[in-house]
Amino acid sequence: MELFVQQSINALSLGGIYALLALGLAVVFSIVRLINFAHGEVMTVTGYGMWFILLLNLPVAMAIAVGFLSAIIIAVLMERVAFRQMRGADVTTLLITSFAISQIIQVLFQNGISARPVAVVLPDWLTASVMVGPVRVGMVSILSILVVCLALFALRAILTRSVTGIAMRAAAEDFPVVRLMGISANRVIATAFAISGALAGIAAILWVATRGSVDPLMGAIPVLKAFIATVVGGLGSLSGAVLGGFVLGAVEVYLQAFLPEAALPYRDAISLSIIVGILVLRPEGLIPGPASRRS
Amino acid sequence: MLEIASLTVRYGAIEAVRGLDLRVGKGEIVAILGANGAGKSSTLAGIAGLVPVQGAVHFDGRSIAGQSPEAISRLGIGLVPEGRRVFSALTVAENLLLGGAEHAAPSERRERAEEMQDRFPILGERRAQKAGLLSGGEQQMLAIARALMARPTLLLMDEPSLGLAPQMVEAVFDLITELRNENITILLVEQNVPMSLDIADHAVVLAQGHATVRGNSAEVAASDAVHGAYLGT
Repeated sequence: MELFVQQSINALSLGGIYALLALGLAVVFSIVRLINFAHGEVMTVTGYGMWFILLLNLPVAMAIAVGFLSAIIIAVLMERVAFRQMRGADVTTLLITSFAISQIIQVLFQNGISARPVAVVLPDWLTASVMVGPVRVGMVSILSILVVCLALFALRAILTRSVTGIAMRAAAEDFPVVRLMGISANRVIATAFAISGALAGIAAILWVATRGSVDPLMGAIPVLKAFIATVVGGLGSLSGAVLGGFVLGAVEVYLQAFLPEAALPYRDAISLSIIVGILVLRPEGLIPGPASRRS
Repeated sequence: MLEIASLTVRYGAIEAVRGLDLRVGKGEIVAILGANGAGKSSTLAGIAGLVPVQGAVHFDGRSIAGQSPEAISRLGIGLVPEGRRVFSALTVAENLLLGGAEHAAPSERRERAEEMQDRFPILGERRAQKAGLLSGGEQQMLAIARALMARPTLLLMDEPSLGLAPQMVEAVFDLITELRNENITILLVEQNVPMSLDIADHAVVLAQGHATVRGNSAEVAASDAVHGAYLGT
């Protein structure tokens, strides 16, 4: 029972990180129909931002702030420099553009810093574990769950209370009509990228806190997981992305904890088979997005 | 107020509108009539900036051809799109808010939303409801109210009576007349020819992207093409 509770906390923690990343992908996809595979590099930039500040022996709070801000800035820059020029292009072109951005950033870090991981040393209290009743839980897991909850509440507030947030929800449904209201397409899309960057930044800070290092390919696997989560949740659906993230996190953690040792090497294969099974039963995802509902 | 010269709208190799000339004077209702696929909606989409156009479009003396939909909206041109296209996942209040978002400060926006709810009491009653749950007629009222939130001086209306119950159709046409009386210029695309000609000052009939008949409403109603095809014997 204790093991189950402990693993459930881990599942919530990992699922939360996937949920934030998936939500970032979904926010952009719902408006511009782009799966931004350079989203993983937003995480990488955050990690290196934190590493740089800690290298200068500055406080960890500043490292977190710089990491977070650099995530927003790089996401907005990606939109401004690359995706805006490609607006209106077909899905394949946008996809290739996102892969190109991803590759460029990876190579810049490989050549500019190192192809090998560099340590991001965080304070001991952050990497310690504490007893919650009879269960020992990592501080990062507890923080992850709290931060993910806060981020989701904040995003909900933005999307339901601010004009730009409401316009973003409307744009996910019918972007041309939003523009007919006089609302700037550039502003809506740039805000979507900024939010997506902020979510990836938070996810990256939690990811780096768990791993204790950053490398040029750090974001590659998480963005792939986030993509799977958005598809399972329902492409274009924000609540679906969150649910998909938590489902994927739970599947991975429980399989890791409860699979017989002989089956552990097949964990990812079994995990993906479960995901495929969900998609067979619900081809449009757990909570279909507006695009699926229209078609 | 609106002057269009040689307007052409293309979708790939297909020319939906071919060299259309049109003039809409201030405070007028001008109807664009024609069968399905005649180029009526494409004309409105071209004026509103939703599709690329060739030719000249001038609004209050200023060229608007090639401008973005948001820029055109800010000049005072509103569009009530075909099929209503309300944001179904948003509440009625949120739909109205977006209509005025770029055209008024928050306090002014609230006043305008209240005005709309007075004008369309059903929208006031259902302000917290998702727009997708409204009936077709209510959605049409919402689409019109949303466009009016921007206080447009020219309102483009694309098939506002399409798919509505007869009683609601009458209400929509009464509303259009009311709006004209409030000095809003209307460019109306409709398939309900008799009712459109009843309220319009001028009309143009399109066929395959060309204007085939034009004139004041009485002249258009009396023309052989319209009389035979739309008004019966």
